[in-house]
Amino acid sequence: MSLLSSPSRESADPPKGEAAAAGQPALTVVPARHPWRWVATAAAAVLAAQFIHGLATNPGWDWPTFAGYFFEKSVMEALLVTLQLTFAGAALGFLGGIVLAAMRLSKSPVLQAFSWTFVWVFRSVPLIVQLLFWANLGYLYQTLQFGIPFGPGFAQVETVHLISSLGAALLGLALHEAAYAAEIVRSGIISVDQGQLEAAAALGIPRGRQFRRILLPQAMRAILPSAANELINLLKSTSVVYVLAIGELFYQVQVVYGRNGRVVALLMVATVWYVILTALLSVLQFYVERHFARGALRTLPPTPLQRLRAAVSGGVRLDSGASR
Amino acid sequence: MSAPMVEVRGVHKSFGTHEVLHDVDLSVEAGSVTAILGPSGSGKSTLLRVINHLEKVDRGLVSVDGELIGYRRVGDRLHELSERQVLRQRVHLGFVFQNFNLFPHLTALQNVAEAPISAQRRPKAQVYEQAQRLLDRVGLADKTHAYPRQLSGGQQQRVAIARALALEPKVLLFDEPTSALDPELVGEVLDVVRELARTGTTMIIVTHEVGFAREIADTVVFLDAGRVVEHGPPAQVLDAPRHERTRNFLSRVLH
Repeated sequence: MSLLSSPSRESADPPKGEAAAAGQPALTVVPARHPWRWVATAAAAVLAAQFIHGLATNPGWDWPTFAGYFFEKSVMEALLVTLQLTFAGAALGFLGGIVLAAMRLSKSPVLQAFSWTFVWVFRSVPLIVQLLFWANLGYLYQTLQFGIPFGPGFAQVETVHLISSLGAALLGLALHEAAYAAEIVRSGIISVDQGQLEAAAALGIPRGRQFRRILLPQAMRAILPSAANELINLLKSTSVVYVLAIGELFYQVQVVYGRNGRVVALLMVATVWYVILTALLSVLQFYVERHFARGALRTLPPTPLQRLRAAVSGGVRLDSGASR
Repeated sequence: MSAPMVEVRGVHKSFGTHEVLHDVDLSVEAGSVTAILGPSGSGKSTLLRVINHLEKVDRGLVSVDGELIGYRRVGDRLHELSERQVLRQRVHLGFVFQNFNLFPHLTALQNVAEAPISAQRRPKAQVYEQAQRLLDRVGLADKTHAYPRQLSGGQQQRVAIARALALEPKVLLFDEPTSALDPELVGEVLDVVRELARTGTTMIIVTHEVGFAREIADTVVFLDAGRVVEHGPPAQVLDAPRHERTRNFLSRVLH
């Protein structure tokens, strides 16, 4: 085959650059057709149009009630509680997660076992069950005593005074979160090439600095997508604390529709707020991830704003090119 | 004769049941260049890593400029040093890795400046100025703000050499510095090492480049199966090897 074709090719198929110059016919590229893609696109568009039409025309959605309650004072206050629970839970959870991950990666078998057991237990117990446990801790231990372990105590408090229902909620969320965060942080740390710490050690960089300056910024690349997932998950998990009668978003809308019976409209109030908060967190995630991509990518991907600007100016350039 | 800059005495090291180093002795004079040759798995890299205590020895002693590495001797007892103390000792030993191990999230300049700032606590302005000069010296004056992934392998390794030099170490250790490079990039790294040899830097180089070892080394050490088979000036070890194993290795490497 090659024996036959190679001599003829030399004369008939000169290097590309010369092909055009030699006056060969220019070849037109015909794009491949994708008929099924068009069918699927049309079907999806019809479904979307139906849904939007339904949202606008079905009186069951009760948009006036929705609008009336969306910025209502009690809803705003409940939203604030939801945000507080989310951020306090995430902060405590990730702090605990970092400690647990460090324990799991330590050389002490007891610390490893402690961390492993913690993660095992708090990942096994459903959040709602755990919350009820903390709220009812008073039945188990009437008083809590601070002092030397197994020795004398210095101070005693009644459990019900120490752990309010809000405290119980925060404790439950933080512990639940810590178990998941521990695994996320650990996955980030072990994703960093061993050679990085070796190089840092060979340079004599102090241990704490190795962690903060060398390890963590690189681990963040692996940690961030899962951490953002977990944060969004937590935002929605705060709705579970309604079982402790805490006035967060979901509890509050239940209170309102319990009074006026407008169930769907009020559920939509909560839903739309959750959607908005998730959107904000997603935007935050994009920019934080971009920050930690330094050096990992040869060039950073453009932000949506930059992309938009490029598209607009690119479009203008095309037009001017065509008119010339 | 002055005391050696690096002294390795009776070092044994095993990974599990596999003995990697067996009773290894090595003595390196200040200002000299030592090349360590040997087949893969002969323990060359481990020997180098033992010198800066990235690997702990099972038996034997390593000292640099008269200071015991990794231990403090009190009478007949050796007290293991804390991690912080070992880190402080490593500042005197520059290490250049086969895979560069540059910090990918830091620029070339930040890579070079990191250890002098955090390990030696020198003033930032002075460190950055020195880092700039070092990058200039390895021919990368125009790449100071590039990230490692934006550089070629040869350029990355030159940054790594500048990074090791920034601590002004007493000894530079090279672990196969050109093995991960494309053939056409080897030359630029060897040029830098050659220049360092000329200026009297004490260096220990694990390498596969026999020609290069012959050119710059004062002493060549041939290692096989964890033992020093022979050592001496290149003219002796490389051109008139006494041992069968050295001859075999050289005939295989040189064709």
